Amino acid sequence: MSRPEDTLPPDLFYNDVESHKYTTSSRIQSIQSSMTQRALQLLALNSPSMILDIGCGSGLSGEHLTSSGHIWVGMDISASMLAIALDRDAEGDLLLADMGQGVPFRPGTFDAAISISAIQWLCNADSSDVSASGRLSRFFDGLYSSLKRGGKAVLQFYPKNETQRTMITSAAIRSGFGAGLLEDDPDTKNKKLYLVLTVGAGRDEV
Amino acid sequence: MKILTTNYISCAVKACKSTSLSFPLHFQDAVLVQEEVDFKPEFITNILPRIEWEALKITAVELGFTTLPAQKPEATEEAPLDPQVLKDLHTLLLETQVTEGKLVCANCKHVYNIHQGIANFLLPNHLALPLIMITNF
Ligand SMILES: [Zn+2]
Repeated sequence: MSRPEDTLPPDLFYNDVESHKYTTSSRIQSIQSSMTQRALQLLALNSPSMILDIGCGSGLSGEHLTSSGHIWVGMDISASMLAIALDRDAEGDLLLADMGQGVPFRPGTFDAAISISAIQWLCNADSSDVSASGRLSRFFDGLYSSLKRGGKAVLQFYPKNETQRTMITSAAIRSGFGAGLLEDDPDTKNKKLYLVLTVGAGRDEV
Repeated sequence: MKILTTNYISCAVKACKSTSLSFPLHFQDAVLVQEEVDFKPEFITNILPRIEWEALKITAVELGFTTLPAQKPEATEEAPLDPQVLKDLHTLLLETQVTEGKLVCANCKHVYNIHQGIANFLLPNHLALPLIMITNF
């Protein structure tokens, strides 16, 4: 099976046909749901919060955020995916944006961030003027800044290999995050990797 | 797009990160709808400290709302916020949504189009990247 991120950039890969396929596959829906629930559990939010969903796609994760009482803003690079989110009456605000260009929010605003199966796309640089490391650092710098002090992000992702896994994790740490990797069902083909990031109480005080 | 989100969002152009002129973005030709959202007073209390009140006042006036208090309502231990104040903020921040229109940066003049409630923040690479990264074509 070829990985989608090896074939085309996400805005081209998730065209109307692929977006529809992704959203209607019940297998993908149920995996996506359980990963979102897991991410919410790891975030351990105890009151209705403002959450950023990175690579929100058609709003599958957003439905869980809404039913857990949170307000969310989703960003995604695929207009087709966002169109399906609209059809599905996603409650969150949707932004057509490329996470590799940064996270366009003012500092310290979100309580938390979540991402399901998206950030491995950052390792693809699809034009000659953009490097993967540049995209990673713009993303993590922007994410770090947009979260409030003490805020948390849980990013589930599918690294292609060990190099990619290290590249992503070390980029997060370089941006200032406290980072840990959590692996569910390790050594099975269902293994799930979560990058758990925390914003310290005061980078400013250091 | 909810009014709350417009109080969070800033210009994505790299050169605008360091100037206060780039926040808030300014509405033009905005079409508004009211959409009911479950009222959770705890949510409003939670985010209120992170609302930029001066920016919210600017946005509210641009959209035709002129009844926003001049000062941000603050809760104290002795005096929690009036439920009606929270409800009014809920209506403005979460239930008032912009479906069509433009958000414009006062610094670089970049226009972010809003269509069906979705704002387009995709930038051409030369605007998104620091200069040093686009010199080695
Ligand atoms: Zn600007």
